Amino acid sequence: MAFSLGVLLGYSGWLPLATYDGNPGKYALYILMFLVGISIGADHRSLLLIREQGIRLFLLPMATIAGTFAGILAVIHFVDGLGVREGLAVGAGFGYYSLSSILITQMHSEALGVIALLSNIIREIITLIMAPAMAICFGKLAPVSAAGATSMDTSLPIITTASGKEFSVIALFHGILLTMLVPILVTLALTLF
Amino acid sequence: MIEVLVIMSAGIIVGYLMRHRRRAIRIFDSLLVWSIFLLLFLLGFTIGRDPLIMSALPSLGMIALVISVAAMTGSILLAFILWKFFYNKK
Repeated sequence: MAFSLGVLLGYSGWLPLATYDGNPGKYALYILMFLVGISIGADHRSLLLIREQGIRLFLLPMATIAGTFAGILAVIHFVDGLGVREGLAVGAGFGYYSLSSILITQMHSEALGVIALLSNIIREIITLIMAPAMAICFGKLAPVSAAGATSMDTSLPIITTASGKEFSVIALFHGILLTMLVPILVTLALTLF
Repeated sequence: MIEVLVIMSAGIIVGYLMRHRRRAIRIFDSLLVWSIFLLLFLLGFTIGRDPLIMSALPSLGMIALVISVAAMTGSILLAFILWKFFYNKK
């Protein structure tokens, strides 16, 4: 919403911000990352769930991360103009489109930020539409994995419908962990490769 | 960009130490949401004004779609393997 409003205003040229260069600067990014850190550190739901459920809660998030990166590595050579690090950074959004697109815009470029925004919105939309079919064809963990970071909030209702209520704890933990990992993995993808 | 991770880690420690002060945490959380909104708006604004990116939108969208489908196919297949071997035995 905020994004489309910006596109409209920028496109129409109504706002007298002609000199604004579109870059809020690295300090905006620093403040944002600090706030992301606080929100992660203050969230103890994941610790509670680990205490209750044990270490095997980590299996599915690992599968989602490995599967996402493997899938992207398999196709990235056929995508024009995108390298391995750009592809992995976009994938590391895991459906968390707002934060990942902002980070990628600040750390890389606006064009890649737009790709990240669209790609992660598409991931959420496909999950919302296809979750029941995924659960039937590929087992009840598939909708959770497809949802990525959104399995803790926006996709949670469709997951409990498609896979059953007993998967809501798995989905919740999966989403919380991936949401925490998004900023870390996006940064690592753009830094390491 | 490693400094970004250092700053985030500092935030995590601060957040962990403040985890019982729910009011302050809620203020920080809404600050986070609003700054993400603002930055998304600025991104949209910059892009709307940039004819180069605007004309490239359809191809950027195609790239985005390819990446999403590949990423989801990979995750779903691994989730399927996990389901077959670990969960569905009972």
